[in-house]
Amino acid sequence: MLSTSSQTGALAPTPGLAQAVPRSRPAVEIQGMSKWYGAFQVLHDIDLSVQPGERIVLCGPSGSGKSTLIRCINRLEIAEQGRILVEGCDLSKVTTQAVKVRREIGMVFQHFNLFPHMSVLDNCSLAPTSVHGLSRKAAEERARHYLAKVGIENQADKYPSQLSGGQQQRVAIARALCMQPRIMLFDEPTSALDPEMVSEVLDVLVKLADSGMTMLCVTHEMGFARQVAQRVLFLDGGRIVEDSPPETFFNAPKSPRAQAFLTQILH
Amino acid sequence: MSATELLQLFFDPELFERYGARMLDGLLVTAKLVAISFSLGLLLGLLLALGRLSRNSMLRGATGAYIYFFRGSPLLAQLFMLYYGLGSFRELWQDLGLWWFFRDAWYCSLLAFTLNTAAYQAEILRGSLQAVARGQHEAAAALGLSRRTTFFKVILPQSMLLAVGPLGNELILMVKASAIASLVTIYDLMGITKLAFSRTFDFQLYLWAALLYLLIVEVIRRLLRRIEMRLGRHLDT
Ligand SMILES: Nc1ncnc2c1ncn2[C@@H]1O[C@H](COP(=O)(O)OP(=O)(O)OP(=O)(O)O)[C@@H](O)[C@H]1O
Ligand SMILES: [Mg+2]
Repeated sequence: MLSTSSQTGALAPTPGLAQAVPRSRPAVEIQGMSKWYGAFQVLHDIDLSVQPGERIVLCGPSGSGKSTLIRCINRLEIAEQGRILVEGCDLSKVTTQAVKVRREIGMVFQHFNLFPHMSVLDNCSLAPTSVHGLSRKAAEERARHYLAKVGIENQADKYPSQLSGGQQQRVAIARALCMQPRIMLFDEPTSALDPEMVSEVLDVLVKLADSGMTMLCVTHEMGFARQVAQRVLFLDGGRIVEDSPPETFFNAPKSPRAQAFLTQILH
Repeated sequence: MSATELLQLFFDPELFERYGARMLDGLLVTAKLVAISFSLGLLLGLLLALGRLSRNSMLRGATGAYIYFFRGSPLLAQLFMLYYGLGSFRELWQDLGLWWFFRDAWYCSLLAFTLNTAAYQAEILRGSLQAVARGQHEAAAALGLSRRTTFFKVILPQSMLLAVGPLGNELILMVKASAIASLVTIYDLMGITKLAFSRTFDFQLYLWAALLYLLIVEVIRRLLRRIEMRLGRHLDT
């Protein structure tokens, strides 16, 4: 069961040939998705197609709908309109399917959301035992494997509160990876961290990107976006107003909103 | 007044010899009454709390009404209603084969205390379940955990840490409230004390009873602190 990374590795596009990703069935396909909170429309008619192995960074001003967009992909939020297909399966139609699809999608949150009453090892092995039906031993083995990948195998028996923020976020990443997802969603994974811990988490993300994982990451770490992303999406007012490769986005943003946003965060 | 006379006023060895053992028996009856009804009340309370938090509005309404009624009326009234009120439908219960239950003050007291404490415990549990951070539900959902696993493995254990203090208070209140069982002929600690007092008119019996209640409460307090420390062990660094 420990061969996952090499399996996903096989799906990975050759580095440098990012644009040549084969147009197979998209990992995620969003068609005409709109979402409201009460009378307030958060997302306007979103269309987005994500190829397997693609790495996408979402950015945009606060309140632009970045979190809502990626939370709709694993149905933490339900969009009232439009279709979301994950690996060809229409999430907006069949609600019972959502559970199955969630197994294919891992998510990492801004505030880690680890289970505080469980050891690091139990955090990571709970879902594999209860969802995949692994034996305790097999699940712990898998947990240790992914904890080693994020560089904290020696903290397995501690509780989350005994770890630093950076370590906790790495546990959260390992916990998600233990479900061996094919798509990973990240919602500002480094913005709750002390500055000195940001890089240890970004390093893990870069490694994960290198392994060929399909990734959607909301982040304002522009260095990371340049290094890892194949596409940068810029959201504003619930619309994707820019969708370009990072070079284009950073050097020649088309929309004035994106220009303003970039000058603001890059000073 | 000499020292022995003073002592005699609070601790009369002769009186103790006559009633000491029986008061300890009463203490045991009180402990049993409270332990059983508190535990059953915890189970019922958990179901009620789940009903309160359910998506089904009928269930929410029904459990809400139950809680409103049992918290809003005196326990004494509830006990009398069960024992004297329902107990007066003798023929109905005989037809249903339940007369053995409603004729018996012990069962009626257990039922009344269980129904009453369940309402209070339901509110404690509901509050503590709701107090678990939303992110915990989201993390569980994102991992694909079933609702059952999410509840039993993720939410309930965390809420218990929040609930254990208030539940302990409820237990202590119940220990004291259980004294009213003596009004329906139960010889719990208070029942025995009343009986002994009616024969001797010696007020020190009530002092002893008070001290014995205090003893139970103290034991509960200490136990509680241990449980809290155990449940919260992940919070220590
Ligand atoms: N549960 C909710 N109920 C009502 N409005 C909400 C809810 N969640 C988000 N919103 C609103 O929807 C809009 C988009 O929120 P969202 O969290 O997706 O933005 P974001 O781009 O992730 O912002 P940030 O950078 O601050 O995280 C915001 O205006 C927000 O106030
Ligand atoms: Mg957000």
